[in-house]
Amino acid sequence: MPAPAGPHRPEPLRHSALVRVTHWLTFAAFVALLVTGGEIVISHPRFYWGETGNDLTRPLFSLHIPASRDMVPTGYGYTLPDQNGWSRYLHFEAAWVLVFTALVYGIWGLVTGHFRRNLLPEAGTRTPRAYGERIAKYLRRAPADAGEARSYNVLQRTAYLGVIFILFPLIIATGLALSPSFNSVFPALVDGLGGRQSARTLHFFVTLLLVLFLVVHVAMVALGGFRSRMRAMIAGRSSARSRAAAAATASVPAASSAVLSEERP
Amino acid sequence: MSPMTRRKLIAGGVVAAAGVSGLGAADRIARRYGLIPPDHGGLYGPGETLTYAAQRLLTRHTLAREFPRSMISKTPFANETAPPGDAFKRSLTLAFTDWRLTVDGLVEHPLSLSLSDLRSLPTHNQITEVVCEEGWSYVAEWIGTPLTSVLNLARPLPQVRYIAYFSIQPDWWESIDMADALHPQTFLTLGMNDGDLPVGFGGPLRLRLPRQLGYKSLKYVTRLTATDTMKPFGKGLGSSEPENGYAWYAGI
Repeated sequence: MPAPAGPHRPEPLRHSALVRVTHWLTFAAFVALLVTGGEIVISHPRFYWGETGNDLTRPLFSLHIPASRDMVPTGYGYTLPDQNGWSRYLHFEAAWVLVFTALVYGIWGLVTGHFRRNLLPEAGTRTPRAYGERIAKYLRRAPADAGEARSYNVLQRTAYLGVIFILFPLIIATGLALSPSFNSVFPALVDGLGGRQSARTLHFFVTLLLVLFLVVHVAMVALGGFRSRMRAMIAGRSSARSRAAAAATASVPAASSAVLSEERP
Repeated sequence: MSPMTRRKLIAGGVVAAAGVSGLGAADRIARRYGLIPPDHGGLYGPGETLTYAAQRLLTRHTLAREFPRSMISKTPFANETAPPGDAFKRSLTLAFTDWRLTVDGLVEHPLSLSLSDLRSLPTHNQITEVVCEEGWSYVAEWIGTPLTSVLNLARPLPQVRYIAYFSIQPDWWESIDMADALHPQTFLTLGMNDGDLPVGFGGPLRLRLPRQLGYKSLKYVTRLTATDTMKPFGKGLGSSEPENGYAWYAGI
C-alpha cells in the first residue's frame, strides 16, 4: 500500500526484525518439509485409519499417483526414483529448524504481547457479525479500511492465530506420533490420535490445510500489492523511500516488539 | 558509528562468543554421554545429531507400546528383500540346522550358537508393531530371546559402545548403541505368531527392536560384533543404511 512517508512522519516499521527472520526461517523449513514429505509419501501413497495398515490392507484412500517402491499396488506399470534417504534426513533437520523457530517466535510473542495485540481479534470484532461483514467486504472486493494498512483485520487475525496455535502444533504432534521411539515415551499422543496410521493420515490432512493457507496467503499478498508486501516482510517497511527514514529512527531505542500496534492511529 | 550501533555490535559479539563456547561445551558433553551418531557428518549431520541426542536423553529405558492379542494383524506384510544368496539357500535346504550365530569382537567369551542353542536360552514374547519408513505397519507377536541373554554369555568389555550385527546376505549389516542393545525389547527373534519365524519376515533369525523403524531389524542374522567404535566398519557410518543414504538411527 502506498504509505504516506513524508519527511516529518517516517513510515512506521511494519514487521519487527524478529517477525521477519522467523517468518522466512519458517518458510524455508516449510518448503523443505513439504517437498521431502511429498517424496516420502510417494513411497507409499496409501492412507489408513487406526493402528496398522499395509499393502495387504484396504486403505482409507489412495493417491492416484505412481509410487517410488515397486511393491505398492498403484495401477501404474512403472516405479519412480526412490528419494527417501535424503528426504528423510532433510525432513527431520527442517523439522528441528521449524521447532526452534516456533519456540523463539512463540516465547517472544507471548512475552511482548505480540499475539494479544496484533493477532487476537480486537474486542468488539469477535462476533459472527464482524466476520460476516469482513467476508462480505472481501467478496465485494472493497478497498481495505484505513486502519487495515497497519493492522490486521479480524479474518487475517483469525487465520494467523489458527495457523500458529492450531495447525503448526498439530503438524508437529502428528509428526512426533510417527516416531516409534517418541511413542515409547508418550504413548498417549499416538493413542489419542487414534493409532499410528490415523496419525499419519492426520499429518497428511494438516499438511493440506497448511498448503491451503499458503496458497491463500500468497494470493492475498499478490492482491494486496506483492512488491510492497514483500518489501515489508524483508526490509520491515512497505516503501523503498522510507529507507532513509528507517535509518533515522534506528537509533531510537524503540522496543521492536511493539511495531504493528503502537503507530496505529 | 553511533553509540547505539556500537553497543549493538558489542552485544552481538558477546552473544556470538557465548554461542560458540556453548556449542563447544555441548559438543564435549555430547561426546562424553554418547549423544553423537556415527553418521553425524555432512549437511544433515546437525539434524541427525539433534534427533539422536534428544531421543537418547528421553528414551534410554522407555518401552515400545505392546498390544493386546486381538490387535495382531491378520495380514502382516513381508517386505521385499534382495534374492537369497547361495549361503542362505544352502542353509535353507538343511532346514537351517547348520545356522550359526557367532558373537565376537570386544567380548570375554566369543560364542558360536546354533538355533537350538538360542532356543534353550530364556524365551520371551512381545506383541509389537513393525513400522516401515515408507509408512505402512503391522502388529505381530514376536518370540525370541532378548539380546541381553546372549550378551550376558559373551560378556562385552566395559569399553564396548556398539553391537554391530550382520546378515548372511552380503553387504547388509547394522549396529545399535548399548542403550538399544541392552533394551529388554531387543530380541533375537526366532518365532512369529506362535510359529517359526517365516523366511519372508527374517527367519530363521532376525534381530528385532520395536523402538526403531523396520530397517534396523535386520533379517537373517549370523554375526554379532561388540565394538567401541563403528569407524572400521564399511565407510564408518554405523551401518550399511547410511551408505545408501538412510539414517543410522531410525527411532526418528
